[in-house]
Order: sequence, then structure tokens, then C-alpha cells
Amino acid sequence: MGEEELLKESIITSRLDESINFFDKILNWSRKYSLFQYPFATACCAMEYMTTSGPRYDIARFGAEVPRFTPRQSDLLWVVGTISHKLAPVLLRVYEQMCEPKWVISFGVCASSGGFYNNYATVQGIDSIIPVDVYIPGCPPRPEQILDALLLLQKKIDSQKALWRLSKRDSKDE
Amino acid sequence: MNESLIKKINEKFETDIISHLIDKDMPVFVIKKDSILRFVQFLKEDEEIQIDQVTDITAVDWYNKREARFDVVYHFYSYKKNHRLRVRVELNEDDAKIASISGIFKGADWFERECWDMYGIIFLNHPDLRRILLYPEFVGHPLRKDYPIDKRQPLVKLRKPEARRERP
Repeated sequence: MGEEELLKESIITSRLDESINFFDKILNWSRKYSLFQYPFATACCAMEYMTTSGPRYDIARFGAEVPRFTPRQSDLLWVVGTISHKLAPVLLRVYEQMCEPKWVISFGVCASSGGFYNNYATVQGIDSIIPVDVYIPGCPPRPEQILDALLLLQKKIDSQKALWRLSKRDSKDE
Repeated sequence: MNESLIKKINEKFETDIISHLIDKDMPVFVIKKDSILRFVQFLKEDEEIQIDQVTDITAVDWYNKREARFDVVYHFYSYKKNHRLRVRVELNEDDAKIASISGIFKGADWFERECWDMYGIIFLNHPDLRRILLYPEFVGHPLRKDYPIDKRQPLVKLRKPEARRERP
């Protein structure tokens, strides 16, 4: 989509558009400050994740307080650590079990690119299995980087358009 | 392990030991393939040696460097006497099979499975010789030097690099 088209689409022309825009804002605001996380922790990066969740760095300040240990109740997947080819089907399954809307953060170099493991066992970046929203570099990353990644993701969520079915459903009914 | 014990082993297994040396950390015995079971049984049952633990079993691949391609290396330890020794067995590529010692030391079971998984050395009479680290669909033995260094065997379909950020 070109830039002009995008601009045209974002112009509010009707009362319906206006209300959708308004509800989008509310929805995104509530989504970005109530992220339920699923930590898929497989390696040493998990220690940094724990530090970030702990009282010193306190990820709860940014509205991502509760880790849920079932993918069905969470909407943010942290892939924390090295993923081997043996584990890849499990990760894919966990991702598929999560309900939309869902986001993925690739935590540390091993998850992002395989890191220094370039061998028969390791997946060279989890983005070859599932889509990733934010990548965090570092081996392991500092807690500040993790908080930065969370803020980046919140920015992204804020700009997302929700899937309102109003207009579609109306036309179908008629 | 003191001198007299080494001498004792050497005398008892004169025909089975190909060579022996005192390495930096422990004495090493290179023995014939067929005598491994008798040798280990002796180490376990002798009252002065009293080996009671297998610390490690692994292999070395001398691909294109030596005529006998593999070395199987056993490390033993005695808690009671606090001494260690290493046993090495040379194997040819076309006959990479050796008797399993898991009947003597139960702890050898998983080490032998790992060794089979990584190097493809068959342990005869092993109770359950399956892959232990890799998945059953894996073909080949990755720590052999002729395993291609960039070969991957993924279980799920990998996404193409250009489509990696898109949602499926």
C-alpha cells in the first residue's frame, strides 16, 4: 500500500469511522497496559527475565505484571533462550494455542539468530518458525534492554488497528 | 592409582593390553576390543582396585587421520580408593561395534546411548539403544567428522527469510 492510499484510508469521513477510531484508541490503550505474558524460558536468559520481573527493575510498572503458564491465557510470548530443532514443534504449538491478538518477543541472541550456536541442533532464529514483533540483542540482555523492548512493543500495539467487524457484518446482513 | 596396581593390571592382562601410559591426570590403558568385558569386570571386582563408578564414556573420531577410525574412551573412578583410570579401545569404521558394559555398571547405559547418538558406535547387548539427545527422526550422527557442518534436519517447516515477519 502506498503512502497516499494509507493517508486516504486514515482520514475520518463518517461518524462510524470516528467511533471506530475512538474505540481503537481505548482498546489499544487497555491492551498495551495489561499484557499477560507467557515466558517460554529455555536457557540462561531466563535469569535476566526473572531479574526484570523482580522488585528492582519491576516490569509490573509497565503493565506486564502477570506471567501465565498456559498459552491460552496469555497474549505476549517471550521466547527466552536457545531453541533447538527438537524443541521447535513445541514452540510452534504454544504459539498456535495463544488467542489473537498475540505478540512475540525474541529474547537474547540465541532466540533471535541462533547466537554463537551454529550447528546441527540449534534453530537459527525463531523467526524461521513463528513471526516476531521485537528482537532483543545481548547475551544475555540487560534488564534495561528488556524494559526498552517492552516499551517498543507497547508503541507498536498503540498504533495497531483493531479488527472491528461492524462494516463487514452490516453489508453481509443486507 | 599407584605403581603397584598398574603393574598388577599389566601383568594380569598382558595379552589384552596393547599399550599403556601414565597421563597427566590418570593412567591410560589401550586394550583390545574383545577383552573389554573381562577387563571392566576385573576392575570392579578386584579388592585393591575397587572401581565403582563410570565417570564418562565417549568416543573420538580420527577421520582420515588414523587407520582405526574411532576411539571409545572410558573413564573410571573408585570412591573407596579415590583413584581414576582411563581405558581406550580402538575401533575400525566398518566394524564400529563393542560389547556394552551396562551389565556391569548400570550407569553406563545412558553414556552408551549418547555415544551411539553422536558417533554411531553400536554397543552390543545394550538393553535399550535409542537416541538420547536428538529426536528419533534425525538421520546420521552429528559428531562424526564427515557429518556436513551446515546440515539441518528441522521437524517443522521453516519459513522463508522474506516472509519471516508476516503472520501465517
